[in-house]
Amino acid sequence: MSGRGAPVVVVGAGPAGIRAAETLAAAGVRPVVIDEGRRAGGQIYRRPPEGFSRTPQTLYGPEASKAVALHAVFDAAAASGRVDHRPESSVLALGDGALQVLGPEGRSSIAYDRLILATGATDRLAPVPGWQSPGVYGLGGTQIALKAQGLTFGRRIVLAGSGPLLTLVAVQLLKAGAAVAAVLDTAPLGRQIAALPELLARPVFALRGVAMRAALGGRYHAGISLDRIEVDGRGPVAVAWHDAGGRVRRTDCDMVGLGWHLQAETHLADLAGCAFDYDETWAQWLPRTDRMGRAGDGVYLAGDGLRILGADGAEVAGRLAAAACLADMGLPAPDAAADLRKLDRLDRFARGIAHAFPWPAEMIRALPDETVVCRCEGVTAGELRKTVDYGGAEANRVKSLGRVGMGRCQGRFCRLAGVELIAARAGTGADSVGRLRGQAPVRPAPVEAWMDRGCGAAGSG
Amino acid sequence: MIGAGKDAPGAGRVVRLAEQGRAPVRFRLDGADCAAMEGDTVLTAVLASVPALRRSEFGPEGRAGFCLMGACQDCWVWQEVGPRLRACSTPIAEGMKLLTEAPGDWT
Ligand code: FES
Repeated sequence: MSGRGAPVVVVGAGPAGIRAAETLAAAGVRPVVIDEGRRAGGQIYRRPPEGFSRTPQTLYGPEASKAVALHAVFDAAAASGRVDHRPESSVLALGDGALQVLGPEGRSSIAYDRLILATGATDRLAPVPGWQSPGVYGLGGTQIALKAQGLTFGRRIVLAGSGPLLTLVAVQLLKAGAAVAAVLDTAPLGRQIAALPELLARPVFALRGVAMRAALGGRYHAGISLDRIEVDGRGPVAVAWHDAGGRVRRTDCDMVGLGWHLQAETHLADLAGCAFDYDETWAQWLPRTDRMGRAGDGVYLAGDGLRILGADGAEVAGRLAAAACLADMGLPAPDAAADLRKLDRLDRFARGIAHAFPWPAEMIRALPDETVVCRCEGVTAGELRKTVDYGGAEANRVKSLGRVGMGRCQGRFCRLAGVELIAARAGTGADSVGRLRGQAPVRPAPVEAWMDRGCGAAGSG
Repeated sequence: MIGAGKDAPGAGRVVRLAEQGRAPVRFRLDGADCAAMEGDTVLTAVLASVPALRRSEFGPEGRAGFCLMGACQDCWVWQEVGPRLRACSTPIAEGMKLLTEAPGDWT
């Protein structure tokens, strides 16, 4: 035990959180693991509900053995009580050494001595005219629907964006029998080829990517730009786009999946007081840590919530963060040298991915005024530009004046594009307009969750 | 209510590709009887019957979820009685009474 009363808390039970918890448990520390899922695994190794019958091979493809191993390690540790698993629980806020958690039983406060944040990533989204329509989903969401529910949301699907998930989701949908009409990648082929030397840090993965791409055949188009999603009252009817040669194209569809690689989920790191730096490679603000994942003040970060290294990188980073935590507690920690070397190689590959599939800054800067940027509250690119004109180009000022980033998603899906539009209007780079700060609650909570439970509910003790 | 002819088969958005042998679950949507399967989320169950979960508060369009991982908050649906539910992370249960519009006393 930590010996100080309050436990070590791990937030997130994906590959990073699971390996962190395992490492702590192996050293005799019993962590509390808070996770939003019903069953541990995270997003990429997400498990369907009980009673579903597809095999791990069908669900996770070549990564099936890794998924099965992670699930088994965690389930065994939770069953034997070596970790204290709190599923279906969201951290709403943190401060003064405690987390405010909303779980199946309502809200509770969990004090912590040390905190490992393994909060993962979400789709990185760029607005496209029409993307607020029902029937438009994130690529990650499209994959979750297939994996966790065995379904999709259309009979003729267009996937658009960039990054490894674009190709992967397309292949998975095709395998499952869905009709994928087109896979539209904003990354030019030249950029992808130029990144090959970095991508060869993981030759097996690079080859797998090439093979998947080949399986898409003529559906795949590189170097495109998206004009708009045409919609009727029910949802998408077509995607209008330009191909790499500048020709106008149009693909009929009734569902669109969008995503430009991933963005780190950093809201809790923000509330924990972590410092952030703008990272050019990933075109996003990322928390600052040492190589082990130490952010200071007893806070550690691991996995895609720190750097988008993917699932293998997350497992390594989870072990490292736990090792740092143990060392800081004065306990014997596993040797980190081999994991640090692995992390360097995975980092080189991940940067290659980021270079091959860049953030579509130019496309965003050229968005027509009427484009909805904030899906939550319908703030348009034109309104945002006007706000910059009278309020100046500082992200948090534009947020309070123009309400971009204020909606119920807490800016997760408009923040990066919003910053890009502000920078464009001011004639600067995205790094110089500042970072939109996160605020509590990180997830919306019903009002009742904040009220004293006894009050007004006589006899409900 | 969202969409016309919502009782007609295929009026929803969901196209099931696998896992179709599960036990049926019955629930009510805007007062009409609907069927889903055990293990479906509320989002799956509703979108198997109608094309959207709710109307946007800020625009004319319906909303049908977006991230499916509890991050975007696009998918909150009303119940006849009780709190709103985040449809992508709540399993459907026998007898749920869901609404695609706020119950009368909310507006
Ligand atoms: S679809 Fe995003 S929170 Fe449910």
